[in-house]
Amino acid sequence: MARVAAPLRGAAQRFALGFLVLAAFGLMFLGKSDTHFVERMRTAVTDVATPILEAMAEPVAAVNRTIAYLGELAALREENARLREENQRLRSWHAAALRLDAENKSLREMLNYRGPDRNTFVSARVVADGHGPFVKSMLVNIGARDGIEKGQAAVTQLGLVGRVTELGERSARILMITDLNSRIPVLVEENRARAILAGDNSERPQLVFLPQGTKLRPGQRIVTSGHGGALPHGIPVGVVSSVDDNGSVRVRPFVDWERLEYTQIIDYEIEAVPLSSPTSRSRGAFAPRPAAAPSGQEDR
Amino acid sequence: MKSAFWQRLDLWARRVVPAGLSLFFVLLAALPLPVPGYSSIVPMLVLASVFFWAIHQPSLLPPVVVFAIGLIQDALSGAPMGAGAVVVLLAYGVTVSQRRFFHNRSFIQVWVGFMVVAAAAALLGWLLTAANVGLFAPSRAALFQYLLTIAVYPLVTWLLHGAQRLTPSEA
Repeated sequence: MARVAAPLRGAAQRFALGFLVLAAFGLMFLGKSDTHFVERMRTAVTDVATPILEAMAEPVAAVNRTIAYLGELAALREENARLREENQRLRSWHAAALRLDAENKSLREMLNYRGPDRNTFVSARVVADGHGPFVKSMLVNIGARDGIEKGQAAVTQLGLVGRVTELGERSARILMITDLNSRIPVLVEENRARAILAGDNSERPQLVFLPQGTKLRPGQRIVTSGHGGALPHGIPVGVVSSVDDNGSVRVRPFVDWERLEYTQIIDYEIEAVPLSSPTSRSRGAFAPRPAAAPSGQEDR
Repeated sequence: MKSAFWQRLDLWARRVVPAGLSLFFVLLAALPLPVPGYSSIVPMLVLASVFFWAIHQPSLLPPVVVFAIGLIQDALSGAPMGAGAVVVLLAYGVTVSQRRFFHNRSFIQVWVGFMVVAAAAALLGWLLTAANVGLFAPSRAALFQYLLTIAVYPLVTWLLHGAQRLTPSEA
């Protein structure tokens, strides 16, 4: 019986294999044209996998913390000396900041300036790295039910991480600014030259579409320009790391990719747009609507 | 009656070992590790697992399961949906067709076989990405990923050989 069935089964398996290879190819082409369906499929998987990955990541994080702790212990003395020096330097900066803040306030009052657009944020935990040689993205443990939307910016205290490109119920994918597909409108802080920061999967994304004749040098800060309306203005992105003779400019991002455990998704609203009704945010909701909003108005 | 039920459950649990472990490798590869550049050179554990079961127990890892695992990997890794599935399915197909050749060979010979299959898989993955994005992405990371995959293969095989003892022997 088994002897007769074996070749038959082999043929069936070969047929199934060929069919499935074709199906996978078909899915690739479908993903190019009808992104909606394929994306739904993808977020369905990530929604299920995110809680599992969260649980799996916990012991890994614990081990990492222990290793980091031991490393810190070893370097305690040097670290202390370095911090003391840095503290001294920062103190003078602190004084300067206070002075500038006061000056800024009084100047704003004189001009009746409206202030920057409001935004709130939701904190998210990175549960998975987009892996493989050709992808720079990551999965986080919040999604549509936490009130985030596609296109929003992901940041850390250091600077811009990327943007939300796929959104599930409880998971979201963030495309890093270093990814091949990432394009971010930015400007050079010093001379306000606009450009696009284009990722190419390397550690150092490139500045393209710079105005002709712009002179750049390493060390200049790059921030988001806010053009296009999706990202807030002025999020630090990185510094110019190298300027080639043929005009190719590379940027070193501020974000520490190796220690990216948490990120904040910025919910950006341009003030001219009427505020949507405040939504309750379940996870990591430590940023209520800013106090600057006139009290009592939003409650109605 | 009761013992028959437990027996069936036991058998069922043993039968899903190959698929379950392959799925576990998908999740393992997605975990963020704080090693510089690790995420772009994560070894292709799933490929090693599929290669192993294709030689030893293909009946417990049918093509449709390989397909599903490939898709889950694509969904998590952020690769275009279907690209990883094509790669593992073809690697699986080639390995199954050559499995007689791999039987009763020394470990080194099978390892060399895996090097060939993994090289073809890495190349195919790179070509599919190029076709999808429309340009040839830098491939240095892919080379390192390949080398790392080759390097961890003995460890993966050792683990899977242990797991294989749990699976019911082929009828």
